[in-house]
Order: sequence, then structure tokens, then C-alpha cells
Amino acid sequence: MSADLNIFVTEETLDSDADGPLSGKTVAVKDNISTEGLRTTCGSAMLDDYVPPYDATVVERLKNAGATIVGKANMDEFGMGSTTETSAFGATKNPVDPERVPGGSSGGSAAAVAAGEADLALGTDTGGSVRNPAAFCGVVGIKPTYGLVSRYGLVAYANSLEQIGPFAPTVEEAAELLDVIAGPDANDATTHDEGADSDYASAADGDVDGLTIGVPTELVEGADDRVVETFEAALSDLEAQGAETTEVSLESVGHAVQAYYVIAMSEASSNLARFDGVRYGKSGGYDGNWNESFARAREEGFGAEVKRRVLLGTYALSAGYHDKYYKKAQDARAWVAQDFDAAFEEVDVLASPTMPVLPPKLGESLDDPLQLYLTDANTVPVNLANLPAISVPAGEAEGLPVGLQLIGPKFGEETIVRAASAVEN
Amino acid sequence: MTAQALEQRDFAVVIGLEVHVQLETATKIFCGCSTDAADDEQPNTRTCPTCLGLPGALPVLNEGAVEAAVKVGKALDADIPEQTRFHRKNYYYPDLPKNFQITQYDAPICQDGTLEFSVEGETREVDIRRAHLEEDPGSIKHVRDGTGNLDSRTVAIDRADYTLVDYNRAGTPLMEIVTQPDFRSPSEVRSFLNKLEEVLEYLGIFDSTRDGSLRIDANLSLVPADEIRDDGSISEEVLEAANRTEVKNISSHKGAEKALTYEASRQRNLVQRGKTVEQETRHFNEAHGSTVSMRTKEEEKDYRYFREADLPPLQVAGWKETIDIPELPDARRERFREEYGLDAESASKLTSTKEVADFYEQVAETFDPDLAATWVADNLLGELNYRDMAIEDIDGRLDEFARLVELVAEDEITTKNAEEVVLRRMLDDEMAPDDVIDEEGLGKADDDAVGTAVEEAIEENPDAVEDYHSGEGGALNFLVGQVMQKTGGSADPGSVNGMLREKLDE
Ligand SMILES: [Zn+2]
Repeated sequence: MSADLNIFVTEETLDSDADGPLSGKTVAVKDNISTEGLRTTCGSAMLDDYVPPYDATVVERLKNAGATIVGKANMDEFGMGSTTETSAFGATKNPVDPERVPGGSSGGSAAAVAAGEADLALGTDTGGSVRNPAAFCGVVGIKPTYGLVSRYGLVAYANSLEQIGPFAPTVEEAAELLDVIAGPDANDATTHDEGADSDYASAADGDVDGLTIGVPTELVEGADDRVVETFEAALSDLEAQGAETTEVSLESVGHAVQAYYVIAMSEASSNLARFDGVRYGKSGGYDGNWNESFARAREEGFGAEVKRRVLLGTYALSAGYHDKYYKKAQDARAWVAQDFDAAFEEVDVLASPTMPVLPPKLGESLDDPLQLYLTDANTVPVNLANLPAISVPAGEAEGLPVGLQLIGPKFGEETIVRAASAVEN
Repeated sequence: MTAQALEQRDFAVVIGLEVHVQLETATKIFCGCSTDAADDEQPNTRTCPTCLGLPGALPVLNEGAVEAAVKVGKALDADIPEQTRFHRKNYYYPDLPKNFQITQYDAPICQDGTLEFSVEGETREVDIRRAHLEEDPGSIKHVRDGTGNLDSRTVAIDRADYTLVDYNRAGTPLMEIVTQPDFRSPSEVRSFLNKLEEVLEYLGIFDSTRDGSLRIDANLSLVPADEIRDDGSISEEVLEAANRTEVKNISSHKGAEKALTYEASRQRNLVQRGKTVEQETRHFNEAHGSTVSMRTKEEEKDYRYFREADLPPLQVAGWKETIDIPELPDARRERFREEYGLDAESASKLTSTKEVADFYEQVAETFDPDLAATWVADNLLGELNYRDMAIEDIDGRLDEFARLVELVAEDEITTKNAEEVVLRRMLDDEMAPDDVIDEEGLGKADDDAVGTAVEEAIEENPDAVEDYHSGEGGALNFLVGQVMQKTGGSADPGSVNGMLREKLDE
């Protein structure tokens, strides 16, 4: 079945002898997370034959917890996409409806869990890349607070925004996996003490009595009616369980998508600079000086979406444009963070549809990148503000899964896990 | 005619420096790899995912490097900010593992310092604009195909068949020290660099013997001499108006003086012939002692600096107070003059490096400070210098040299023998002083042996004895010589003289 859906780039089993909380569990790992001795392609021809000599911290933690890694999951090239169609290894199909995309960029990871190819999966979320495919495939996905999970070994796309996060069929299992990977790491200076002895799993008790849920109007307004309907039904269900909902406004989020793409592309232009044909990709045999040789290697090794983002990011950081784009985007980022801070003075969590649309058909969205970028509207503000969020299945519309997103304050993982577990009730 | 006038104006040289120094820390700036090159080191062995820039690897700041930088800041009397942070400098170069360099941009660890130094007896002060931390790139070699060892096939890039990259050096902590354009001559630059290196070595954070430990870029321009104000400063407008060249690839003090002397006279020649100086980057060719244009279009490079999010800002407020630095050379020199009563020249020689000064103080503690000064400043440093050696070359054997001073102080050996035989053999043959004395039989003869020799000399030379008694002055000297010969030079001529007189006058 997995062959049909194109879930894995590399299907290989790494057993663990350790006895731990994940003993007996199988885990799919997104192919931008380094696995020692097992090729890690990032969905790119550039890294077609790149075999890391070291394990990412999260992989080490999986192994120590007794998990069995069953393969490297397909993804949009370097995480740049939200449909898993930009992979150099072909698109992954949605197990719910193989004519539709699984979402992205961690589409392979979400599909692996949805199709039962793995009990659990790891993805990465730079602007929604865990929550988006979780919503489209009908599974649970968590984007942790920036700094909760070590990024050591995660091949960077936009390093100030991204986090590694878990996928699972249920909130409790996703929280269990988060418990395994969370916590400080000496190899990642952006990690904190938080998460060291976490027990997020036990917060999945479904108890939302007295919880205040804010609903940002800006994140509901533009969404597909069928999505909104399912979302509102799920909210009513939470109210029935004792939660209180209230409308809030996040004025800044209208600028979030632009700010997000400027920052992500700028960072990407620098993070991907090392892929120049010398140590990665096709090298040698080109005429001209080394700049020309680097350009050729990058022209051949990168796909169209990666080139687009690297070029735009280079432009946004250039002298004369830096203030107009990059600096402005940073200002907008600070504003978004402030808006969320203010909202959390009033409410415990925020809720929105994870994706404003239902999963599109394969090929449908590739022609219009701008339209596709706009579908990230509900997920990117969370990354800009370094907050935790979870996507949990809220029901179905026309037989397709709809995800509900719950956003918490910094290191408020327990709160979003608790609230999400009530959605499952 | 105006050109003519310009040609006849007197011009002054204006120089500013960017000095890159490698900081001596145990590990690299962003990873745990050692910075110590092994003697038989193979390329790309002192590396890890981080300094190789492997996908996914992250930098973690070595706070030891920041401490070293704060020490430099204190020594330069610079401001240390509340918080220091890192930026990425983006450019493509094969020695750069990530194709960006982690460096500092808007919050360097040191700002607004000064360094005082003396040049030809005059005291000068140069302002330090900033000093920041960054990672050293790797090193590259352009190689031609063929047989023979690699070094013999290392060539200029345009003749190379391929290029080899070695990342062992990548990630070594570098400090870039940027001065104001305060230098007015190449010899000032050389004196400044001497002083800077002296200070860095005193701080214990720099090893000048390490290959590539000091790299200098200098910019030089000519400005009309009458534009220099009385206090030596020059207005921004005048500086802006002068075309300057940047001279790269300077790796020593001597090289800096040479490169800048060449560059100053090259620019003078151009101006005198009514030509303009191109604003450009020039490469110093050490072997030829000249600078050559790098023939790159001089356009403002765009490094697209932006914050390095992988490294959170580091709070360093208060570090300046808590980090101690040792007594610096100027202060120590002053103290040596006062505490040990040394003259200016000896004090200066004895504080030339921290190791010399430490050794002097160790010896002066036990023995007469004047004797210690003569032995360390004149004899030991003189003989080392003559052999092109430095105190570092004998740093495992300093106790042996202290023992030599002891032997002289305790009168167990003559000063002459100590200087001319023992010290030289200690250096040339790496012998311990007592071994030299044994082997050469230089121990001061005891009085009995001298007494016997005196008696023998009188007995064997009746003519000389007669001459002595008849008042002939040369006779006594002849007899002293006889005694010295019999004792193999180990007797003290003064006391032999006295003993002879005593015997003869009986
Ligand atoms: Zn290293």
C-alpha cells in the first residue's frame, strides 16, 4: 500500500535494543531529520546520496526510548511546500483519498500514520508543516514551542521558525512521543530547561471544564464554509463539556503570511547556501570559475520551488531591500507575538480551523504558488510567535478530514494537549 | 596647472588596520573540536558535523572564546556591551563550510578602545573602532596534477588542476580588531603590531608561533600634508576624498611594514606623475615585497548580514568586572624599575614577553636583582637572540638557567666561564650547567690547589721572583699567568695575585 501512496523516500528498519516508553512502537521519520548511516534527502535531488555520519538528537532519543524506525518519510523539497508535491521523489498521496494531496511539507509522515504504515511519526513545522498534513490526513500533529525540542540534526530550512513535532492517531500518543523528544540539548543552544521531565501524555485527560477558548475572528473569516461548519460543531462540543468560548481579535495576523515568507525565504537562502556541488549534489566537470560551477550544481540539484524561495530570500536580504523587506518582516513578527501575548491575557487557548480549505486534488495547487501560500494563513502566525499548537481531527466534511487547531502560550503544551483530547471525546 | 600644483603638494600617509588574531582556546568557537594542531595532523581530521557545516549541525558558543575577547577588551580599555550577539555574513567561498561565516555585526564584543605604543622613543596612541569574534574558515590549496609531494605541486589558482580543502582550521576562534585610520607611517604600524602581540601574549590568549595566528588587512591612502590638523587628526571629508587601497595577505609585522612602505611609495609615484590612485584591493606578495592589484572590480560587497538565530544573544554585562587580566607589559615595566631598581632598557628587555618577565622575577626573588637582570636581560636573551631563539624554545629548561645564576651567585664558577662556556654549551648542546662544569672541569679550584700552584710557580721561576723583588712590574703578572695555567683557569686571578704577593713578600 505504501508503494502506491509514495509515503517513504527510503524504507529501511532501524531496530532499537533499548527498553523504553516506545518499545514495540514503529516510527516514521521525516527525511530532513538526520539518521546515521541512513540517507537523508530532504526530498531533494541535491541530497540524493547524502548519508549523515550522525544521528539527530530526536533520533537518538527515539532509539533510547526503544522505538523502531521504519523509514524516512517523503516531504516537500527542503520543507518548501504544503502539499508534498515538490519532492524530487514524487508526490505522496493522501491515504484518505489517493486523488488528493496529504498536505505538507511533512506529508509522508502524516500519511504513514494515517495509512497505518507506522504507529507514530516525526515531522517538522516551519509554518504549519506538521499541522497542515495532520489536518488533511485526519491525524493528530503537534508543533511544539520554539526551543522545546532540539533541532540538532534537522536540516534547516528556516531555523528561527521551525520545530520538530510528533504525529499520532490520538492526542495522548502524540503527547507521549513529544515527552520522548522534548527537553534541553547541549547541542542546540536554543533549547531550554522546559520539557526536561515533561509528562504531556497525562494531560490528555479531556478535562476542559472552565477552560476559556478564544476564537480569533481573523482566522475563521476567510475559511471554506464546509470547514467552518465542522469547526463550529467541534467548538459547540467543547462548550458542552464545560469550556467557554469567546471571540478575540488578532489584528496583526493579516500581515503574518507576508512576514513569514520573507523571513523563511531569507533564512533559507543562507541555510541552503552550503549545497554548492562541492560536497553535496553533482560536482565537477563544469567549465568556468567556482562561482559558475556552484551555480550549475544548484541549477541542477534544486527544484523550482526551492530556487524561487532562495532567490526571493537573497533579494529580501540584499542591500537596499533589507529594510524594506527583511526588517519590516521582523517588525511584523514582533507585532504578531505581541498580539498573541495580549490574547493570552484573556484566554487559556486559541482555536481555529487548522487549514482554511479541504485537501486539494493532486496537481491542483501547483500552478499558483501565491494562492497556496495563502492557505498557510492560520498556521504561520504560530511559528512567528514561537508558540505551541496542535491540530486534532474535528470531524469530516464531504468525507474529508477537517483539523481543529489549538494554540497555547509559550510552553503551554499541557493546556493544548488537554483541550485537544476533549475534541476527541 | 592645478594638476601641477597637486603634484607639488606634500602628502602624508594614512593607514588603518584590520587585524585578525586567532584566540588560544582549548576548543573551537562553536564546537568541541580541539584547536591544537597535532604534529602529524592529516587534513580534515580535527572536525565534527558542526565545523564541517554538515546539514542539521548547530553551533554552540564556546564561552571561553568570549572570555578571551573580554580580556582583549579590558586590555584595550574598550567598552563591553550588555549583550553580545552573532550575525551571518553570507558569501560563497570554497574554504567556508556553510557558505556563510558566523561573525558579529551590530553588537561586537568590544567597541571604542585604544592602544598605546612607542615608536622611535615617542608614545603614540591608536583608537580601536571595534573588535569582534568570528569563526575562522578552513584552508585551501590549489594543486597541479603530477608526481612529488603536495607542497611542490601547490600553485597559483590559474595554474591549478584542482583545489583541496582542509577544514581543520575551520571554527578556530578569531578576533578581528579594527583600528581607526590613525597610523601615519608603516613603521608605526609595525610598532603597533609588536605592542598588540605583546599584550595578547601577556593575556595568555595568543600564540604567535602558530601558523596563521596573525593576519592583517591594511588600507592606505595619501592625503595632503597640510590637511592634517595640529593634533594629528584628519577631517572625514579629507579621508573620504582620498582614494585608498586595501592591502590583503599580510601575515607578519615585518611584512606589514614592507607592504605598506611599498604601497605608500607606489601611490606617491602615481601622484607625482599626475596620475590617480585606483580604489582597489591589492594582494601583498611577501616574496617580492610588492603589492599587486587583485584585478577585481571594486564594488561594495553585499554580505546580506542577518541575525544568527541558532545562537541566542549572550548577556555579558558584568563580565568585564568578573574576568581578571594579568598585569600588562607597560605596568610591569614600570614596576620592575621601581621594585628592582632597573634602568629603562633592562626593564623593557625583561618585560618583552610575559615568559621572560616571569622568569626574571623568579630569579630575582632569590638572588640579587641586578645580577639576575644582567643574566637574564644581557647574557641569556643575548645568547638566545644570537641563535635566533626565543625564551619559548627553552621553556622546559628554565630551572637549569636559574641554576646557572645560582652557581655564579654562590661563587662556584667564574663569571667568565659561566658566560663563555657554560651558557653557550647549555644552549648549543642542551646540557645542564653542572654537567658542563664537570665535563670542562670548571669548578672553582679550592684554596689548597691554588696554594700548591702558587708555591710551584715560585719554585719553578726563580728569575721572575728576582725580577719581582727588583721592582719589575711585569714579573707578578707572569707568575699569575703561570698559576692560572696550572689550575686550568679555574682560579680567581685576583686572589692568585694576592696570594703570590703574600708569599713573595714574606
Ligand atoms: Zn568541530
